[in-house]
Amino acid sequence: MPFAWFVALRYLRAAKGQTALILAAVAVGVAVVVFLSALINGLQVSLIEKTLGSQAHVTLHVPREVPRLLVAATPERGIASVVLPASQRLRSIDQWPATIRDIEHTFGVMAVSPMVVGFGFAMRSEAKEAIVIRGVDPERLLTIIDIRKRIVEGRFELNGREVAIGSSLARALDVGVGDKIRVTTTEGVDDIVTISGVFTLGNEGVDKTWLITSLRHAQSLYALPGGVTTLELKVADVFDAERVASTLRARLNLDADSWMGLNKELLTGLTAQSNSKVLIQFFVIVAVALGIASVLVVSVVQKSREIGILRAVGTASRRVLAVFLIQGGVLGLLGSLVGSVLGAALAKFFENLVRGPDGAPQFPVVLNLTLFVSATALATAVGLLAAVVPARRASRIDPAMAIRNG
Amino acid sequence: MAEPLLRIERVSKTYGERVQTRALTGVDLVVEKGEFAALTGPSGSGTSTLLNIIGLLDRPTSGRILLAGNDTSGFDERELTNLRARTLGFIFQFHYLLPAFTAIENVMLPAWGHEGFPSRTMRTQAEELLSAVGLADRMHYKTTDLSGGQQQRVAIARALSRRPSLVLADEPTGNLDTESANGVFELMHSFNRDNGTTFLVVTHDERIAARCDRTIDLVDGCICADVRKGKIPRELPLS
Repeated sequence: MPFAWFVALRYLRAAKGQTALILAAVAVGVAVVVFLSALINGLQVSLIEKTLGSQAHVTLHVPREVPRLLVAATPERGIASVVLPASQRLRSIDQWPATIRDIEHTFGVMAVSPMVVGFGFAMRSEAKEAIVIRGVDPERLLTIIDIRKRIVEGRFELNGREVAIGSSLARALDVGVGDKIRVTTTEGVDDIVTISGVFTLGNEGVDKTWLITSLRHAQSLYALPGGVTTLELKVADVFDAERVASTLRARLNLDADSWMGLNKELLTGLTAQSNSKVLIQFFVIVAVALGIASVLVVSVVQKSREIGILRAVGTASRRVLAVFLIQGGVLGLLGSLVGSVLGAALAKFFENLVRGPDGAPQFPVVLNLTLFVSATALATAVGLLAAVVPARRASRIDPAMAIRNG
Repeated sequence: MAEPLLRIERVSKTYGERVQTRALTGVDLVVEKGEFAALTGPSGSGTSTLLNIIGLLDRPTSGRILLAGNDTSGFDERELTNLRARTLGFIFQFHYLLPAFTAIENVMLPAWGHEGFPSRTMRTQAEELLSAVGLADRMHYKTTDLSGGQQQRVAIARALSRRPSLVLADEPTGNLDTESANGVFELMHSFNRDNGTTFLVVTHDERIAARCDRTIDLVDGCICADVRKGKIPRELPLS
């Protein structure tokens, strides 16, 4: 074993009580960091999912039509004009299959789902409700919203004239699976459809208005044969949505909205939460660093004579430096390994402790390898850094002085 | 004539900034290879200071130290450490072993700390040395589990572990009972006889000093007597 490692590990082992105490301190610190990250990440993901449950991370649609002047102004001729807003008609995205292939190859995009989105009414006897009709490719939709899990009655099947509707809408129309309702679109097309499933997405606005049907059916309802009006995207990192949206906006000549743009207040809340998490973690890390540093400073003072002897018998000062750096690094590494396990256990315990009426955890936690690896790497680096000052001090011990005053 | 092992020329040492204490005042000393010399003097006479300076642990205020043919005046810290590791062995009054390590680890540490990695020869040599000092059966004891005399023997083994040409001992028997002190002294003397290792021993014990081949007496920071056994004492003027 290299000298510095041998001496460092022996010192740690010899001062068992001290080592155990500081390991416990580092472990508690890292456990707090891991637990807090797991909890806040979990809360954020669940909050975003609940809020966005029905909403794609990024939505692409045809840009609004803008009126153009037929005559241009010239230096000699001014033009006075009254510009009326253009009426917006339902238009299909041009060359959408090619666009989807393009989007799928964009960095950060997980899935794309094409749809026809339009408005209309659903009627059954005297009841009449305003609805949003969404024509989807079922397989592709499932990659964005797992609607199968949200079905409360029937099944998610969209064959022929089958549709799935929101639970509030079903209640308002007093219908269930197997019932038929009449649908009228804003294009004036009428149709009779059969309800095959009822879903709850947890958002009243959605559950009260959504009617999901097949893409082909919706295309015929809105007279858009082969067309789609909207592309919905799922991105790998929800907080990356705005970047993806602006990339696509610049490239595709389509309007791109991210959930972040549409939910500014939620985003502000989440950002504040993330910031407070970082702040708490920062202070915990500082406390851990101070703990390691103070233990090592005391150790250097206690061992100054021993260090002096090592120096006197020919140990290079860089090796003395290494002895203490290694101690700091090892304390950080071991402490963070224990702390990661502790933090994960705490998070899981907490998750199981508080459960909602349906048995699902109220505070879902997100534990992933990245969290452990980064916590461990951080603690080890902090241990090394904390050891720099004591180690330099040790390496500068004057052997004669240490022996004289010993 | 070949260069002596150690040559000190006009070495002075002053401590303190405002109130200056002169610990050494222009000491000249030559130690030849194979000598077994005692350095004596009342406490405060500068013996420890001189030993620290010879041991390259301290630098003189003025004067030159020539050790094994090297003029150390121009050496930086790294070169001093290297020269120390190659040519010097230390035995202190308090054994100064490292308590967290076993006897054999203590003996191996100087070479290990200098070269970085342990080797088989290092271990073999440490075992031989510990056997030579009569601790063959205590090699793997923690040093805190050894008696004072045994600890000092380990310290001697450690001092000799890198086969130094000069061993500096600061009151090696100072805190030992008479029997242990005799044993330790005999041990050092036998290494001097058998291997030709040069020893410079600071001692306040006159009986110990009397058994050395040469006695250098220090008073008020300068050498007042330098007596070789079997020679007529050469009195030096007090300065």
